[in-house]
Amino acid sequence: MNFVKKHGVLERNSVLLLIGIIIVILIGGIVEIIPLFRKETVIEPVDGMRPYTPLELTGYNIYIREGCYNCHSQQIRALRDEVVRYGHYSLAAESMYDHPFQWGSKRTGPDLARVGGKYSDEWHKGHMINPRDLVPESIMPTYSFLMNNEIDAHNMYRHLKALRVVGVPYSDETVEWAGKDALVQATGEPRVDTTGLLERYEKK
Amino acid sequence: MNTDTVTNSQESVEYNYDVVKLFVIATCFWGIIGMAVGVFIALQMAFPAFNLEPYLTFGRLRPLHTSAVVFAFGGNALFATSYFVVQRTCRARLWNDKLVSFTFWGYQAFIVIAALGYVLGVTQAKEYAEPEWYADIWLTIVWVSYLLVYMMTIVKRKEPHLYVANWFFLSFIITVAVLHLGNNIQIPVDWRFAKSYSAFSGVQSAMIQWWYGHNAVGFFLTSGFLGMVYYFIPKRAERPVYSYRLSIIHFWSLIFIYIWAGPHHLHYTALPDWAQTLGMTFSIILWMPSWGGMINGMMTLSGAWHKLQKDPVLRFMIVALAFYGMSTFEGPLMSIRSVNALSHYTDWTIGHVHSAALGWVGFITFGALYYLIPVLWKRKEVYSLKLVNVHLWIATIGIVLYITAMWVSGIMQGLMWRAYDDLGFLSYSFVETVVAMHPFYVIRVIGGLCFLAGAIIMVYNFYRTIKGDVRAGEVDKDGNPREAQTTITQTRIAG
Repeated sequence: MNFVKKHGVLERNSVLLLIGIIIVILIGGIVEIIPLFRKETVIEPVDGMRPYTPLELTGYNIYIREGCYNCHSQQIRALRDEVVRYGHYSLAAESMYDHPFQWGSKRTGPDLARVGGKYSDEWHKGHMINPRDLVPESIMPTYSFLMNNEIDAHNMYRHLKALRVVGVPYSDETVEWAGKDALVQATGEPRVDTTGLLERYEKK
Repeated sequence: MNTDTVTNSQESVEYNYDVVKLFVIATCFWGIIGMAVGVFIALQMAFPAFNLEPYLTFGRLRPLHTSAVVFAFGGNALFATSYFVVQRTCRARLWNDKLVSFTFWGYQAFIVIAALGYVLGVTQAKEYAEPEWYADIWLTIVWVSYLLVYMMTIVKRKEPHLYVANWFFLSFIITVAVLHLGNNIQIPVDWRFAKSYSAFSGVQSAMIQWWYGHNAVGFFLTSGFLGMVYYFIPKRAERPVYSYRLSIIHFWSLIFIYIWAGPHHLHYTALPDWAQTLGMTFSIILWMPSWGGMINGMMTLSGAWHKLQKDPVLRFMIVALAFYGMSTFEGPLMSIRSVNALSHYTDWTIGHVHSAALGWVGFITFGALYYLIPVLWKRKEVYSLKLVNVHLWIATIGIVLYITAMWVSGIMQGLMWRAYDDLGFLSYSFVETVVAMHPFYVIRVIGGLCFLAGAIIMVYNFYRTIKGDVRAGEVDKDGNPREAQTTITQTRIAG
């Protein structure tokens, strides 16, 4: 009965009870989260990792806006069948510029971490307009409205600035050129001079 | 315990039931909407033509469904019951009427702001934390007011002891505040822009999100609803809580252990192994306090088991605990890395969540509402206990259809993904597994419709109850409610 009596103190003093609860619920989070901010122990450096170009960032934001994460993962687990199906398992560094992460939790559709470059641009365009034109059994929604969707190049620099605040290493130059870089990349190599864009976002 | 003493003192304290009534109505309203959206998105999975771009695609509606059922239906139910329970067990009127009604209207405003955002494509893309920065700030103001009302009501209580249900409600309120603040550290692109960027990225962002996400389950959907268990089951069964010591152990172990379980959402990912192992270990340990609580709730009926036969409201509460027991066994099982390798990313997870959300959260809420509404509107009993029984059965059939369909489709899909042929190649392309899901997605729609139909029956029952009706044949000649299944019981005894 002794511990019941002792517990009675907490039952009579609501402020003590509240403090007790706060202490108890903080412990687990502190132990699991704080050590992850010693990033050198968590993120192994990967060659070629760079922040998104403004156009890529726009794509990332469309991915978020449309809730793609509800059906697609971007995290290949270190399991044999996943590596065979999707490619090398995902590394921590690969999402280090994703604020927030887009690992997903459900695969109604396939993992998309390494889908880049797998299909042609024309395939993707057709697939967005109506997925069933290319994959008859697909249950993905149609996204034909994206064809008429305009990007806000004018405010692009604000996005880069905000990301710089949370630690993405965008230089002053990249921020300054953000809107133009987005347009240049969207227009593409044969029609516009991409030298500046490549210099700023060159794969190292 | 304390619950009994309050009945004598009803005259001395004038409780604020108006706000509880509002929250009860909001619970019913958002419940129907949330479940209907659930049925609609289930339909989209079975028949993609139901996706109406750009606003009503699965990607935008799924957060609407989860938020509507968790935060709008569940949240309003928690507000209603916590405000009711804290007044009754403390013998004190809710502190500050104005702030109390602000918590009601402020919370409804949050729901509408968040829901509009989802449909318009304003989202943070973090599960169960999708609302953007401006909605988050608004919710913080509402939530701090809630905590303040709750604490101040406790402070001015007339009962020396704080009843166990209040511990659970209190831990739910304060922990949700901590989680909400922790997971929503973000920088708006500009104060005129809805868009923001999370302060965290990659691994850190994943860990913090699932620390939040799993404890949204642990504290929003468990701790708060256990508060309902500890009040409404003893009241309805007219028995004291089975074990007082067990409640103390249950409470502290549950809230301590739950917080650690998040990393089990991130097995085999880029999250460091030590964190995954910690998450798994604590998830398995969590089985014990969960079942401790279930046993404490169920055993409250010892000596009163016969009431289950007659009272469909009590049956709702006990079936809720049974589903709680089942899903808190399934959860630790799925948190084991080798099981998770199969279950993760599949419909098994969806089935698991729904056995808990429909069976546990849904049923304990229904039970509490069936108890609360006659009390709040001063009726002897609900309009029809027979309809309560119909609701119980149709909802249970719905859940069984839903979760068995998801078990089969989830495990099947997991196995198909990892099937190899004789030469060591993968046997199935991804889309072949999608095709295999179709029949189960159709069954899920039927299950969801059953559950929704049950909820609509419930709302009709409440409407008639509030109107003051009693269903013909369910009262005796003195106007006292006759128990729904008296006839069956009598025949059984006679036989």
